[in-house]
Order: sequence, then C-alpha cells, then structure tokens
Amino acid sequence: MPTSLIQPEFKVEIDYDKCHKCGRCVQQCGWGVYSFNERPFPDDSKCRACHRCVTYCPAHCITIKKNELALRENANWSSEQRKNVWRQAESGGVMLTGMGNDKPYTSYFDHLVLDACQVTNPSIDPLREPMELRTYLGRKPDSVEVESDGHGGVRLKEGAGIAKNIKLDAPIIFAPMSYGSVSLNVHKSLAMAAERLGILMNTGEGGLHADLYPYQDNVIVQVASGRFGVNPEYLNRGAAIEIKVGQGAKPGIGGHLPGEKINREVSTTRMIPQGSDAISPAPHHDIYSIEDLRQLIYSLKEASGYKPVGVKIAAVHNVGAIASGIVRAGADYVYLDGFKGGTGAAPAIIRDHVGIPLEIAIAVVDQRLRDEGIRNQASIIAAGSIRSSADMAKAIALGADVVAIGSAALMALGCHLCQGCHTGCCSWGLTTQKPELTRRVDPEWGAERLTNLVHAWSHELQEILGALGVNAVESLRGSRERLRAVGLDAQTCEILGVKPAGM
Amino acid sequence: MCGLMGICDQSGTLMSGENAIKAMAVQRDRGNGLGGGFAGYGIYPDFPDHFCFHMMYHDVAAKEEAEAVFDRYFTVDLAEPMPTRPVKGIGDAPLLWRYFLVPDEHKLASSEMSPEDFVVHTVMLVNSTIDGAFVASSGKNMGAFKGVGFPEEIGHYYLLEEYAGNTWVGHNRFPTNTPGWWGGAHPFTLLDWSIVHNGEISSYGINSRYLEAFGYKCTLGTDTEVAAYLFDLLLRRHKLPLELACKALASPLWTEIDRMPAEEQAVMRSLRAVYGPGMLNGPFAIVLGFNGGMVALNDRIKLRPLVAAEQGSILMVASEESAIREVLDAPDRVWAPKAGEPVIGRIKGMDWPIHGDLHLSPSEISCAVTGVEDTCETTVEVN
Amino acid sequence: MTTETASGPIEGYIQVDPQVTVDDGVAVIECQSVYYRQLNEAVRKAFADGLKTVRLLNVNGQRYLGTGIKGKDLTIEVHGTPGQDMAMLMDGPTLEVFGNAQDGVGNTMNAGTVIVHGSAGDVLGYGMRGGKVFIKGDVGYRVGIHMKAYEDLRPIMVCGGKARDFFGEYMAGGLLVLLGMDSQLDGPLVGGYVGTGMHGGEIYLRGVVESWQVGKECGIFTATVEEMEALRPVLAEFCTATGFDLDTVMSEPFTKLVPISHRPYGKMYTYL
Repeated sequence: MPTSLIQPEFKVEIDYDKCHKCGRCVQQCGWGVYSFNERPFPDDSKCRACHRCVTYCPAHCITIKKNELALRENANWSSEQRKNVWRQAESGGVMLTGMGNDKPYTSYFDHLVLDACQVTNPSIDPLREPMELRTYLGRKPDSVEVESDGHGGVRLKEGAGIAKNIKLDAPIIFAPMSYGSVSLNVHKSLAMAAERLGILMNTGEGGLHADLYPYQDNVIVQVASGRFGVNPEYLNRGAAIEIKVGQGAKPGIGGHLPGEKINREVSTTRMIPQGSDAISPAPHHDIYSIEDLRQLIYSLKEASGYKPVGVKIAAVHNVGAIASGIVRAGADYVYLDGFKGGTGAAPAIIRDHVGIPLEIAIAVVDQRLRDEGIRNQASIIAAGSIRSSADMAKAIALGADVVAIGSAALMALGCHLCQGCHTGCCSWGLTTQKPELTRRVDPEWGAERLTNLVHAWSHELQEILGALGVNAVESLRGSRERLRAVGLDAQTCEILGVKPAGM
Repeated sequence: MCGLMGICDQSGTLMSGENAIKAMAVQRDRGNGLGGGFAGYGIYPDFPDHFCFHMMYHDVAAKEEAEAVFDRYFTVDLAEPMPTRPVKGIGDAPLLWRYFLVPDEHKLASSEMSPEDFVVHTVMLVNSTIDGAFVASSGKNMGAFKGVGFPEEIGHYYLLEEYAGNTWVGHNRFPTNTPGWWGGAHPFTLLDWSIVHNGEISSYGINSRYLEAFGYKCTLGTDTEVAAYLFDLLLRRHKLPLELACKALASPLWTEIDRMPAEEQAVMRSLRAVYGPGMLNGPFAIVLGFNGGMVALNDRIKLRPLVAAEQGSILMVASEESAIREVLDAPDRVWAPKAGEPVIGRIKGMDWPIHGDLHLSPSEISCAVTGVEDTCETTVEVN
Repeated sequence: MTTETASGPIEGYIQVDPQVTVDDGVAVIECQSVYYRQLNEAVRKAFADGLKTVRLLNVNGQRYLGTGIKGKDLTIEVHGTPGQDMAMLMDGPTLEVFGNAQDGVGNTMNAGTVIVHGSAGDVLGYGMRGGKVFIKGDVGYRVGIHMKAYEDLRPIMVCGGKARDFFGEYMAGGLLVLLGMDSQLDGPLVGGYVGTGMHGGEIYLRGVVESWQVGKECGIFTATVEEMEALRPVLAEFCTATGFDLDTVMSEPFTKLVPISHRPYGKMYTYL
C-alpha cells in the first residue's frame, strides 16, 4: 500500500550547470529539503516555498515551482479538499496550520475607496505642512473638566483628563505574538522598533523576557488563559495590560505550544518546566460571564497601580454587544481581531471558517458604542490582516483608533507566508526556537526593517489625510463619510455605514 | 468660499446696521448671490426682555397656524410684518413677520420649564409641525435678517440701516453643498446665538457622528450646523470656558502643545484627546454672535482669511481688510489673528454665560436650529 | 461701498467707468465705489494711451490691481487698501501701495516691483518667479510659498515686520528676507514651519530662530560678513523704498536658511 496519496505541492528545480555545489541551500533550509552528495538533491515533498534557499543561493540557480499535476477538474472538490481527505484518512488528525485564513473570502477593504478634496476644500500638503498621527490609547472622559488655577488660567480638575492614556506616535502597533511561538530575536526586533517608533509591541501570552525590560514602556503585557509568566512584576513592567479572550484565527480555541519549543529561556520566561507542553485553555476559567471579566479587569488594575487594561477578542457574530459589555466592564481598549488574523498554530477548519470579517466588526462595534454614548470610554484596536496603509486608513475611517500588525511585521522580518509556523522549523528563524535558526534574525536588522515599514505606512497615511484635506488622524477616525463602497450590496453598505460610490 | 464680518462695540454703544451692510458689500465677490444674512444685537431697546421671533412663512395658512401657537403660549405684545423695501435682485421672498413675545405665565408655570427652554420648545413646535413656517431667530433684543441674494441686497431689503445694535455679524454665501433657500442662509441661530461661517469643514463626517452620539441630528448637510451644535455642546452642556471651547474646535498642533508649560499641556492634551472627534478640521472662519459680544475663530493652520481691528472700544473682524476700512475710519490696530486663536469681544456690563437657563436635549436643539423635519422626529407638545 | 448714506440704498461697488484725470503725465483715477473690472480697464487704457504712471485714489477692496500688466517702465500707485490677488502675474511694472495689502499679492509674478507701505496678508508671492516684493510691515501665513528661480529670473522679497507660519514653504529659488522691525504682532519674529520643503533659494531672518520653527529640509546658519555684504544692495533698495535706516537694519546678526538638498524627497520612495 502507498504510505501517502499526497503528492508534493512544489517542485524544487536546480540548474546544476550554474550550481556552485556550495551546499548553502542545504544549510539554509529549515525543512530538511536538501541532501548533499557532491551536489544538492531536493526532496520536493518537504518544501514549503519559503524561498530561504532561493534567497541565499549565490548562483541564483534554484527555482520553486507549483507541482502542476493534473487532477480531474471538479469545481466542488478542489484539489485541496481532496488532499485534506487523504491526509486525515492517513493520520486521523486535526489539520493544523499557521498564519491567517487563506480562503478567497471577500475583502471589504478592497471594496472601499477613500475620498479626496477638490476645490471646495483644499487638500493639504503632507510633506511640508503638519500632518498629525499622534493617537492616545485608552479611556477618555465624556468631557474635560477644568477649574480656575487662581492666576487667570485654568487647570484640570483633580482626576480629570487623560493621564492614564498611552501616547502613540502613529496609530499602528505590533500585534501580540508570544515568545515561544516566535523567537526571542523577533521579540527584541519588535521591542526595539516599538521604542524607536514611539508605539507598542505586545508580548502575547508567553511572558516578558528579561532582555526586553529596557523597552518595557513600549510593551503591552498580555494575560491569557494559560497565565504564562504572569506575576505582579510582569504586570507592573508593561505600559498596558491586555486580557486575551480570543484570537481571530481561532475564536473560542485555546493554544498549545509543544514541549519541544519550551527550551530553557522560554521556560524561564513562561515560568513553566522545560520540555513540558504549554497549554492555554479555551476560556479563561475565571471568566465565565461579563461580570467575571469586570472582576479580572479590576484585579489586574489593582495589582498594577491602575494601568490601562484592554481586552482582545476575536470578531464573532455578536461582536457589537460583546464589545459594549467589555467597555462597560471597564476595559480601556477593545482589541478586535478579524477572521483573517494570523496564528502560530491553529486548526485549519477553525481558522478558515469561524469568525467574521474585521471590517464588519469595526463598523458594528464603533456604531454600537456610539449608539450607547460610550465610544469615548475605550479605544478600538483593529487587527486581523491589515495588509497596507490603505487597509489601515480604511479601518480608521470605519472607526478604529489604532491598527495592529502581526503578519505584516513578520513579513518585514523575512516571513514568506509559507504557513509552517506550527512546525517550529521556520527557515527564516522567526517561529522557531532552534538556536541555529533563531540566530538568523539580527534584532538590529529586524528593528530597522520594522521601523522602515511603519515609517512608510505612516507616510502613506499622511498622504491620504492630506488628500482628504485634514491634518490630524482624529479627523479621519470614524469619518465614514470619507469612504464609499464599490460593488457591495445595500445591506452590507448599511452595516458598514458607508454610502455606495456616486452617492 | 464665503465672506463674513463681525463688529462689536464693547462699550455697548449702538451702531447702525449700515456698517454691517457696508462691510459685506465690499466683499460682494466672495459670494454668488445665493445667500446673505445678518444678525444684530441690542436692536430692540423698546422690547429688551421680550423674545423676538423673526418668522418666514411660505403662505398665509402657515402664518395663521404659527400665530395660533404664539397666541396660545405667549402674550403677544407686538406682531408686525418685517419692514422691507423692494430691492432689485430679491425675489420670491417668503412672508416675513416679527413678534415680540412673553411666555404666558400659567403655561410657563405648568410646563415646569425655564423661559429659554419654553421658547426653544416653541421654535421646535413651529419648525416641526407647521409646514411652511420657519423661525429665523428667537432671542431677546436681537434678530436675524437673511435670505437669498447678495448680503448688501438683503440688508437693504430689510432696511438694516434703520436699526442700531451693539454687535452685528454678517455673511455672504457661496453655497457649494446645499442649494440656496431663505431659511438656509446664514446666520444660523439658537435663541440669541447666531453663527456665520466661511469654508468647508473637511472633518464633517466624524464631527456629525460625534454629535449624533450626544443626540444632535445633523441633516442639513451643512458644516455650519455642526459648528453651532459643537458650541452648544462645549459651552452649554460641558461648561467649558469660551477660550477652551475654541481651542477644542481649532486645536493647537501637538508640537505646540508639547512646548507648553506642564499644567497647560495637561489641559490641552486632554482637551484634544477628548474632543478630537469634534475638532473642526479643514478651512474655516467662524463668527459667533450673542447678547454680550462675539467671538471669531479661524482654523488651525489658517486656510481661510480673517482680519481683525480695534478702534477705541470697537472690535471688528472680516474676511478682508477692505471691509474693515469701509467701516472704521481710523483703526488703532489692524492685525491678522493667529490660526486657531479666538478673537473675543465682550460688552462691558453684560452677562457672559450665554443662553441663560436652557436645558433642552441635543435633538431638540437640532430641531430648533434647522427646522428640518428629519431632525424633529418626536412630536413636540407644549402644555 | 457707500453711494448714499442711511437715507438710501447701499449697493456696494457700482459698475461704472471711473473718473480719470491726467495731471502732469499721471493718470489719476478716482476709485471710490468703482467695480474692479471698470477700474482695471481704465488702468489698462491709460497705459495703452501712452501714460507711464497711474495713480489710484480711494481704493478699497478692488481685486486684481496690476494683475497681468506687462511693461517695464510703468508705475501704479495705489492709495487705500487693494483687494485680493494684487500684482498677480505682473510682468514688469512698479506697483506701490500706500496702505495695507490683502491676501495673494504677487501671485505667480514674473517681473517688476511691488512696494507696500504697510502690511500684507496670507499667501504672499505664491510661485513668484521674478521681480521684487517689498513689504514694510507684517505679513501673514504661507509667505514666499514656492518662490522659484529660472535662468536669469530670481525673485526677491523683503518684509520689514514679522511673519506667521510656513514662511518660505516649498521655496525653490530666489531670496526671501524677514526683518521683524515694524510689527503690530505679538510673538516671535516668525511662526513655525519656516522653509519646510525648501529645496532652493535663500532665506535671511534678522535675528535668531529656534530649531523647532524651521523645516527639516533647511540648514540653519549665521550669515557671514560676505553674505551680509552680498545682501547689502537688496536691503539698501528696500530701505530706500520703505524708509528704514540701512545701518540699523544691518546692525543685528542675520540667520541664513538654505536647503540641505535640492531633492529633499529623493529617498522617500520605493519603486514598484
């Protein structure tokens, strides 16, 4: 009997006329594709098309192609569907994958277009004139209460104002990715970039490594159901605390970091024994209802001297009401993770079929909070496949205060979206703990690339604002009047709060 | 583009409305003849404590219906047609009447409202339930005079030169977003507030959503309405000092805030973060008039012109200096106000807090200001 | 403008030909209440008739004075407050204002001289390519915006008072000088964003500026003795025109701003 019916997805072709026989491909590939006997021999079945070998081949003699084996056409049974059946019949396993939803769902961002000024109001030159992206993350009072300062001026009344808000130099932060799922060098790159950019990185649920302490003012520390590395010191080091309830890639699903990724450093940071699995339960077992969330929010505030506490949820059907509950429970921000958000590992069925699009979630939550008159009480962070500054601008126009990027940040560090994060073999040294791989990311190099990316997007956002004739990002935030829909049905337009183009 | 003016004699001395007309006439080319208007303060010294309703009627039936409302809830001490004269270029005028009213004592007592609430309620009642009737203004000792035409024609039509006021505001409209109609000309009013505005507010989308969360209804599609509600929200409901309200609407840049002394910085940072959705972004110049003075405000990077001048106790602002020169023969000082820096005229001895005793909800305010049916969804009842 | 007093209508400008008298070779035009079209027509006609000087009396708010007029040896005197877009696209004449000017003076001006014995408003000298603008007093926002030089055309602007934000914004060529000596304004010599986007030309400021006031595209230097000597003839001409004392003007050190690069955004883009 055949061991497997599944044929390789890619074909690795080497032009041996050009090949230096240097063996660098063998050395670079984390998946073990190559063996070497006077010249490199590829095993196509192991290739994930991550292009590490291609990038490092000095002779440019490696080509990765799709394995275009013909299967009889069937519009219903795609080749992928068929392969999945064979795979599960062979193993009996739940299909596990990495990164975000790769199915061809509608991108609402791609059906939204932005406005620009012509004549009746001027566009503003973003290169020469001020174009302000500064954003304050956190709860804001309904009004500003002042009193006389006794010298003819005014001052804030005791306790009034936004003292607890976090200043961001741009409305963009790095999404939570835990140490364990990604390497320490990735965390260092993110932390250094966050500090240089005046923004935030997020520990994810795997604790804060001591090497990141110098950057702690630019770090959100996360508290998830596994409570890894969570103690009073951890809470006090963060600029803000985030309760992770859910993740867009796997709403309602817990996490599982395999023991082989728990080396000594990860073990110390997570405060769990080396080599044992790190399991995050699906729910927080101290949150079975909204009043429990309030209890947890306030216990974290009590323990941390009242730092801002945010709540991260996956975008699901009833997200409006859920977000409202979260805000009323005392959260300083709501982090909405859309169903295209990335993951280090998730069951493919869950990743690809559970949750709702981010665009819809932002629109619904922003409107719901406005309808209830509590929009000012919490910031909205939007994440889950923000692919460009255009997505960022549209997310903000729909009502988000800030966007978070995870996949794009990893791509800045070399990720090619090969979806093999769960294997721990990342050739780019990102989602792995193997020292020979993790050292491939120099944090200084990583920080520079991340800084470049955020700077470029910030510049582009400034160009968009300038074209819109406003010079501060708060004038775009929630300004759906500046968006129009192209090719969306009336009901979707209504849900998004956006008029069709031409109206 | 539009033109505007404001003049205030801070000693309280009355000035002829001719000044306002002259200032606007020079700026004629800033408008297109589709809207002009004025508001004058202190113009009815014979009825200083009466609420004066300036009415626009499409037909006699509307007039009769509105008058029935006035008769029922007020003592009408004088009802008369607005004095006008025929002017070339002004056609299709509605029926224009004015009424000097005192709330009926019993009706007021049984309504358990302040007189101001009672009056704004009546404005809503008229605007929302009487087809073809529109309240142009309803404050004490003031009035709005507006219509479709160039402002000097409108001023001439209303014989403004025969009025004397301590404060005047004027406006010349070049409508781009909404068609010209008599009620839609500037100024917009609420009790004794009047607002005139030049420019287009690029942040209208979020400003209106922000206000809607407080209950205001923005339906005219004009950004001026938004500015009027923002003043109502900040000054009346949130009780911000006028200077701070202006700083919320035309916020200093973050770099400027970062250079301020610590205490001021804390105030300004909070003000900006909290009122960011209300910040008026894009080009504008605004003059807000009221019993007690006026305030003129420019956008944060000076995308619309505004010139100010002082001559003795008189403070004057206009879109162009020529308007000032037309009125003031020897100004002590003429200057261009800094972007976002309010120019404030206060009449000596007059109460500063604007609006007196008003407690109405934002949606009621919207209905009173615009008179558009969509804003007046609830049936208004005055007992 | 007033044509009758309170007893009658106020009509604003009237579309009538102005009264023109010729006095010692000078066309004297009474401008009170005259609409700009007829007024500018009268100015053009006077020049077409061979007169070299036009004197405009009682100007108030009329737009486009001197706009588009060509000819080196022509002079326009403006008494009063001229309106928007004065000397726009002007190519050669000398235009002197005895009063304050409004917004948009010298817009896209090619050649000639504008002298204002008072202040001027916003967007002064926008895209000016040549000629001279001398303002005795204060100037507004976005002054000297995108001044540019081309071959032998080099625009020169000197302002005797203070300026607001965006002074010399996008400046691409020419000379822009601010003295801060005759001012009605509170606050510093100049606002923020000075020379932001500057990629050509020179800015001289009498006094010092804080680095936050200046665009990142500019280098800030103290003017050298040689540079001041090079500036002297321009300042001398300005002083003669506006009545300042040259020695007093030159008694204080000047700050010089020049662009760091002619291509400030050369590194901003990545190419697809």
